[in-house]
Amino acid sequence: MSSRDMEMMAHLMRRAGFGATRPELEEHVARGYEATVEKLLNPGDPHNLPDDVLRRYHVDMGESRFLDTAGAYWIYRMVTTENPLEEKIALFWHGLFATGYAKLNQARSLLNQIEMFRRVGLGSFRDLLVELSKDPAMLVWLDNNDNHNGAINENYGRELLELFSMGIGNYTEQDIKEASRAFTGWTLGNAEYMVTRSMKDSIWPYGRISWHFDFREWDHDDGEKTFLGETGAWDGDDIVEIICKQSSAAEFVCRRIFQFFAADEIDGEGEEVVADMMRSYFESDYEIRSVLRTLFNSDYFRSERSMYKRVKAPVEVVVGAVRIAGSYREPTLEAPQLASQALFMGQGLLMPPTVEGWHEGDEWIDSGALVERVNFAAQELRNVELPGVQDIIYRLAHMNGGTLTPAELVNGCLDLMGPIRVSDETREALTGYVARSGDVPLRDDDSAEESANRVGEVLGLITATREYQLA
Amino acid sequence: MTSNGHNRSLVVIQLSGGNDYLNTLVPYNEGLYYDYRPAVSIEPEQVLKLDDQYGFRPGMEPVKRLWDEGKVAIVNGIGYPNPNRSHFRSMDIWHTALPEDIGNEGWLGRAIRELDPKGDNVLTGVNFGRGLPRALGCRGVPVASVGNLETYGLFPDMEDESLRKFALETFAKMYGGARGGDAVMDFLGQTGTDALKGADILRTAPAVYSSGVEYAADPMGQSLKSVAQVLFADLGTRIFYTQHGSFDTHSGELKTHAQLWDEVAGGIGDFMDDLKEHGREDDVAILVFSEFGRRIKDNGSGTDHGSGGIAFVIGGSVDGGMYGEYPSMKEEDQLDGDLHFNNDFRSTYSTILEDWMGLEAAPIVNGRFESFDLIKN
Repeated sequence: MSSRDMEMMAHLMRRAGFGATRPELEEHVARGYEATVEKLLNPGDPHNLPDDVLRRYHVDMGESRFLDTAGAYWIYRMVTTENPLEEKIALFWHGLFATGYAKLNQARSLLNQIEMFRRVGLGSFRDLLVELSKDPAMLVWLDNNDNHNGAINENYGRELLELFSMGIGNYTEQDIKEASRAFTGWTLGNAEYMVTRSMKDSIWPYGRISWHFDFREWDHDDGEKTFLGETGAWDGDDIVEIICKQSSAAEFVCRRIFQFFAADEIDGEGEEVVADMMRSYFESDYEIRSVLRTLFNSDYFRSERSMYKRVKAPVEVVVGAVRIAGSYREPTLEAPQLASQALFMGQGLLMPPTVEGWHEGDEWIDSGALVERVNFAAQELRNVELPGVQDIIYRLAHMNGGTLTPAELVNGCLDLMGPIRVSDETREALTGYVARSGDVPLRDDDSAEESANRVGEVLGLITATREYQLA
Repeated sequence: MTSNGHNRSLVVIQLSGGNDYLNTLVPYNEGLYYDYRPAVSIEPEQVLKLDDQYGFRPGMEPVKRLWDEGKVAIVNGIGYPNPNRSHFRSMDIWHTALPEDIGNEGWLGRAIRELDPKGDNVLTGVNFGRGLPRALGCRGVPVASVGNLETYGLFPDMEDESLRKFALETFAKMYGGARGGDAVMDFLGQTGTDALKGADILRTAPAVYSSGVEYAADPMGQSLKSVAQVLFADLGTRIFYTQHGSFDTHSGELKTHAQLWDEVAGGIGDFMDDLKEHGREDDVAILVFSEFGRRIKDNGSGTDHGSGGIAFVIGGSVDGGMYGEYPSMKEEDQLDGDLHFNNDFRSTYSTILEDWMGLEAAPIVNGRFESFDLIKN
C-alpha cells in the first residue's frame, strides 16, 4: 500500500464524498482505485440511521414543519451514509437546481426533491430533468403553477434553459416561450390552495400538507411549437429530450460537474477532460454516472492538477470534520447545530440565496466565514474523547516506539488527517508549536493523557491551515 | 461628521419573527381594536399614552422617556406592495430591498461598500450574532460577525490562555507566509491575516470601555453593550447590526411580547444613557424594524402573520414624532384581515442613507422613494 495510493484515495473520497477515515481509506485502497470508483457510482444500501430511529429523537423529522429539522436530517444522512457519492451528487444538484425554503415554507417537499436527486441523480440527465420539471418544490419555486394555456409564465422555462441545462446564448427568447407553452398544465395537486397556504406560511389547522405533481390536461397547450428548430406538438418531456441532445447541454452539465468534483477553474487540459466527459454523456444516453466515471478515472483528476484545486464548501467542512472525528454517529439533540454551523459559514442547506445557487470557489471565503470554519473543525478534532480522534492517537502511539518527535507527530497527524499535503511554512509552524514542549510520549503511563491532548491540539491546528480549506 | 468630530453611525435592531404592531403602539381609543382582540389586547389604563389615541405597551417605559425627550420617530404603517407573510421571504425583502425579485446583495452591504469602497477597514460593518444576515451580505465586502465580543476570534474554546496565544501565533505564521504563489492560497493568507487583525482590534474594545450604565443580562442588553464598546473604541465602525426575538407570537402572546419589549426597550434605554454619558448621543441613529406586523384578529392566544408594521428611528439627532399614518382597522380598509401599509420601507431606508449617512440612496434601495424629514439638521 503506497503512500501515493493513500493520497489519491483520500483525494477521491474528499471529492466523491466528504473525506474518509484511515480505516475506510485502507479498505478502499485494498479494493483498488477503479473498483472504488465503481462502488461509489453504484451505491447499495446506505446503512443510514433509519428514519424511525431518528424520529424518536427528532419528532419533527416525520412532518418536517421546520427548516432546521429538515437541514439536520440531511446532514445526518451525509454524516452516516455508506454511499457518500449519493449525498454528494444530491448536494451538487441542489446547488445547480437551487430551490429555496423562503418561498415554499415546505421543508418536506424540499427533502422530497433531495430524495429525488439521490434516486435519479446518477442516472440519465433526461430522467432527471423530467423529474425536476414535475417536482412540486420546483413548480412553486419557479412559478410553473402560474404557467397556463394561453397565459404563460416563463420563469421555469427560462431558468431551465439558462441555469439548469444549456446556459445563455444557446437559445432564443422565442425558445423560452415555446418551452414554457410545453410545460403548461404541469402543476401540483390543489395548487391554488397550497400556494396560498405557503404564501401565508400557515401550518394551521392541518400542519404542512404534502405536495404532489398534477397534470391538468385542460390547462395544457397541446398546439404546435417550434423549439430549437424542431417543430411538433411538444410537451415537457419532448422539450427535455430536445435539450438533452444539444451539445450545449452536454457541455453545460459536464463543465459544472468538472468544477464541482475536479477543480474550481477549468484550465486547458481540463477542457480536454470536459470533452471526454461530453463523449461519455452522448455514448451513455446522457448518463451522469458515465460522465463521473470518465472524470474520476482521468489522469487529470488523479494528478496535482486536480488535488487541492477546490475550496471546500461549508457543508464539506462540517461533514468532513464530523466524519473524521467520528462524532454525531448516533442521533443527538445537538444535531441541528451542524446545519446551523454550515449556515454560519455561508451555506444554509435548503436555503440557497437565489435560483443561481451559491457562489462557490474562493467566494466561500471571507474573514467571518473563515473564523467559523476554523473554530468548528478545530473544536471537533481537538476533542480527544471522540472515537475518530482516539483512533488517530492509537495509530500514532504505535509508531516509532510510541514516543514521537515534534516533526514525527506533525507528519503523522497530517498523514492520518488525509493525507494532507502542506507547504513547508505550514509544516514548520505546526512543528514549532509542538516543539515548545518537546517530544510526545504517547505510551508513557504518566503522560499519555497530556500527550493525547497535545495530539488533539495539532489536529485542531491542522484544520486551521490554509490547505485544510481546500478539497 | 458630527460636531464632535465623530462619524455618524447606524445601529440596526431587527425584531425577528414579526412584531405585533397593534400591541406595540396601542390604538387604545379604537373600539375596533378591542372588538378584534378579545383575548390579546392591552387595556387602556395600562397603555403608556403618547396622545389621546395611541400609546406604547407596558414595558416600553424607556422608549416612552426618549419619546418625551423628542428622540423617537415612529414610522407607522410601514411595508411594501403585495406583502408576503412568510418570515424568510419577507425578511429577505427587507434585507435586499427588493420586493419583486430574489436579490443577492444586502442593502447595508451595499452601504458599507459605498462607505469603504476599498475595504480598508474590516470593521466598517459589525454584526453581533452568528452568521451574517443577508442585509449585510455583499460580495467582496468584509463584515465582522461577532458571537461574543469577549471571546471573539479564533479558538475561543481553548481555555488555557497561554496555549491559545501560542495557537494564534502559529495561525499567524501559517497564514502570513510569502505571497505571490497560488492565487487561492494567497487569498486565504490575506483573509486569515485580516480575520486575526479584526479579532485583535475588536478584542481591545471591552478593555478600554468603562461606563456607569449597567446593561441587563439578556441577549439584547448584552448585544447593545457590545455595540457601545465597539463604538466608543473608535474603530471606524459605521454600521452595527443585531437582532432579538422571537416575536413570532402565535400563542401566549401577552406574556411573551411583554418580556420581549421589556428587553428591547430596556436595552435601548440603557444604550442611549450610555451614549449620553460618553457624549455620543448625537452621533448614533437606531433603526428598529420587523419583517411584518401581525393579523388584526387574535386567534384566542396569539396572533398570526400579518402585514403593515411599525418601525422606529431613535437618536439624539432624530426629530421625534409620528410619521406615516396609523392604518385604519375598518373592515373595508383591511388587506386580507391585515393592516394596510401606507409607506414603503425603502422610504425609511432612503431617509437614513441620505440624511443620516450621507449616501445616495437610489442605487442601494433599488429606486427612488420619498424621504421622511425625521433627521434634525
